[in-house]
Amino acid sequence: MEWASWSEFWNMGGRGFFVWSAFGVTAICVLIEIVWLRRAAGQSRRRLMRMQQWDLSPEGSEK
Amino acid sequence: MNFYHYASPTTFYRLAGKAIPWAAWTAGILAVLGLYIGFFVAPTDFQQGEAYRIIFIHVPAAWMGMLIYLVMAFWGAIGLAFNARLPFMMMRALAPTGAILTFVALWTGAVWGKPMWGTWWVWDARLTSTLILLFLYIGTLALWSAIEDVKRSDRAGALLTLIGVVNVPIILFSVVWWNTLHQGSTVGVSHAPKMAATMLQGLLLMTAAAWLYAIAATLVRVRRIILERERKTEWVRELLEKET
Repeated sequence: MEWASWSEFWNMGGRGFFVWSAFGVTAICVLIEIVWLRRAAGQSRRRLMRMQQWDLSPEGSEK
Repeated sequence: MNFYHYASPTTFYRLAGKAIPWAAWTAGILAVLGLYIGFFVAPTDFQQGEAYRIIFIHVPAAWMGMLIYLVMAFWGAIGLAFNARLPFMMMRALAPTGAILTFVALWTGAVWGKPMWGTWWVWDARLTSTLILLFLYIGTLALWSAIEDVKRSDRAGALLTLIGVVNVPIILFSVVWWNTLHQGSTVGVSHAPKMAATMLQGLLLMTAAAWLYAIAATLVRVRRIILERERKTEWVRELLEKET
């Protein structure tokens, strides 16, 4: 183990701000992408289903 | 076995669906292991102190940013040469993850540069060519959304990517060709890694995690694109009907 205490760990030898902002922003980017992927997949499915129902409905098939 | 079987969007859609949970979970597990080694096993760097630990995301993100661009260019070339549908869909699925990882490489580089070089940014060859890579990703995404006709849009994006791919070797060799502030490569094929074994283990684990994460994200995206583009086909109709 490299660290004597948790406060030493968070301090990162005085470079805590730089180290944690690097890891923090990366984590935020990854989380945003995951949320975005899930939402986009759900929205796309719902839209495709609506389009499909329209295509199958009498008004849609008249065209 | 018919190779072209896997090139059909129908087969690929199912295959991708099976691969996603494996890739995503393995990426998560490898990232936890890599971070554990990176923070708790790898020793303090004798020159850079603790700030060097940024390497565990900076280098994998930078590698993936370049690799994803190369893969995009590969699919672009295949798509243009064979006039196939799936390669272009793969290109579009790859680009956002490549852009995000390139941004992560630049960001982590900036917060690493500040304590080590005393500056967030310098216009040196390595940094500038990586910024150009980010602009190439953003430019390609903008080009796709600007052209409405899907076929033309696909071809234009592929062409731009194939032109932009010359930037990747420039990034790779920038630390060799020019005198830059950026340090030379720590891990390479021609020399033994210039770092402690545990540092290298952490770095390789994080790189594998980044690979699998990029694969999972790309496959999720490509499945959505396949459904949208193939929505008039029988198999997509059946698939959607099953869910309603």
